[in-house]
Amino acid sequence: MNPIAVNVEEKLFQNRYRVDAGRPHIRIKDAEVCRSECESRSCTYVCPASCYKTEGNGAVTLITDGCLECGSCRVICTEHMNVDWEYPRGGHGILFKFG
Amino acid sequence: MNAATAKQKFDAIVVGAGPSGNACAYTMAKAGLKVLQIERGEYPGSKNVQGAILYADALERIIPDFRDDAPLERHIIEQRVWVLDDNSFVGTHFRSDDYNKPPYNRYTIIRAQFDKWFSSKVREAGALLICETTVNHLIMDGDQVVGVQCDREAGDVYADVVVLADGVNSTLARKAGFHEDIKAGNVALAVKEILFMPEETIQARFNIGPEEGVVIEMVGNITDGMMGTGFLYTNKDSLTIGVGCMLDDFKKNPNKTTPYVLLEQMKRHPSIAPLIAGGEMKEYCAHLIPEGGFYAIPKVHGNGWVIAGDSGGFVNAVHREGSNLAMTTGRLAAETIIAAKAAGKAMTESTLKAYRAKLDESFVMKDLKKYRDMPSVFHKNPHFINTYPNLLSQAAKTMITVDNVDKKTKEREVFSSFRRSRSLTGLVGDAFKLWRAFR
Repeated sequence: MNPIAVNVEEKLFQNRYRVDAGRPHIRIKDAEVCRSECESRSCTYVCPASCYKTEGNGAVTLITDGCLECGSCRVICTEHMNVDWEYPRGGHGILFKFG
Repeated sequence: MNAATAKQKFDAIVVGAGPSGNACAYTMAKAGLKVLQIERGEYPGSKNVQGAILYADALERIIPDFRDDAPLERHIIEQRVWVLDDNSFVGTHFRSDDYNKPPYNRYTIIRAQFDKWFSSKVREAGALLICETTVNHLIMDGDQVVGVQCDREAGDVYADVVVLADGVNSTLARKAGFHEDIKAGNVALAVKEILFMPEETIQARFNIGPEEGVVIEMVGNITDGMMGTGFLYTNKDSLTIGVGCMLDDFKKNPNKTTPYVLLEQMKRHPSIAPLIAGGEMKEYCAHLIPEGGFYAIPKVHGNGWVIAGDSGGFVNAVHREGSNLAMTTGRLAAETIIAAKAAGKAMTESTLKAYRAKLDESFVMKDLKKYRDMPSVFHKNPHFINTYPNLLSQAAKTMITVDNVDKKTKEREVFSSFRRSRSLTGLVGDAFKLWRAFR
């Protein structure tokens, strides 16, 4: 396959969200584990909303605003169990119009 | 919560308003039980994702006249199965006018609308529904579940039994230690988009009339070597297109292909692009599908609790069935609880084991048992996904292209291409493994 460039932000822009400002429902437990112990950082390419990004210094940042609440990041982080994953508070997060 | 919910104790609390939660709450409320249903979305359906195909039978057993007012998109008259390489597809199409005679047996649906409708029936039946409320934990009294703790003021509510219909992530049972987290090898990650276009365009492109629908299931290079499938469904004035692969395959993929790149590449496939051209994308969704099958089903009952639907892993991945298993497990859980209540029994593990017995007697566990080895056959034999699609389309191309080569030579060429990619024993072995897993 020839990889193509896809801007997932454009896709997420079509979705409806009620962001729980200042209360992210997913947290990285220990940023140092992602930076120095995790080699695959598979969350950065498996997350379907691209919430996880690798920074220049190797750190992994997480912004949950576009989260589709699938759970993949928690399930794949088996080596380090470094994802603290909850559903958003009632009524918040993704609100599917069609689903 | 409020004064009404805080003071009373319910016969049952149902967590989640998807197909299994709705089927369960509806059945119990109809039987006169005092039911509280809790949904974390703004409205039922706002957190739910499916392809989506509705199989009529499972719903008919719960709401026989659902066709009168349920929001249904198109009934399916044609099923296509495509095997794709980069530029081609080889496929089988099955179309029958028998599928055009009511009562129709399956429909495309849009889940946000369908779940809202189903939920209105649940409330008409007498259940109390509270939305925008996430259940954080189960409340235990020793080893008995006695209620749930919600993310609201005074959010503790109590019931004789709690039905966990909280979806594939099964958050509550996991936190309570009833089962472990789902494994990446037992779950598929699917992404999809909904593309709007005029009804007439859909009908012309798919060779169908008003209300008639087509589904296309696809395997091959569109999954970039991962075990998975693509799909394209016709709704009334929109198409749903998506692709799903095993989550551990996404994780291990050497190309690090993201789900949205996978979807976009599939949309650009020369056999697919003309069908979806001009569609206006209005939503992008992602969801996990539990595909571990029989061996991945956790314990689904205990003291004061039962699990239904995706939360219990009830999906038949081979036949792409899920919502019908969800509705059926929800209904059987309800029937178990109704019978136990009528007999005046406490909702203990030994009372609720009748649920497991009902599951075993139903098509749900019979089908899951029949295909119990399928997940491991595909896991251990990636050439089913990686090698055969290219071989098939090359074989078709060789036989169909008219180019001055005689047919006997072409046959030999096809056969040797299979032999080059898979040894003869490999080919026979593959056939045997598939036969054993399917039978």
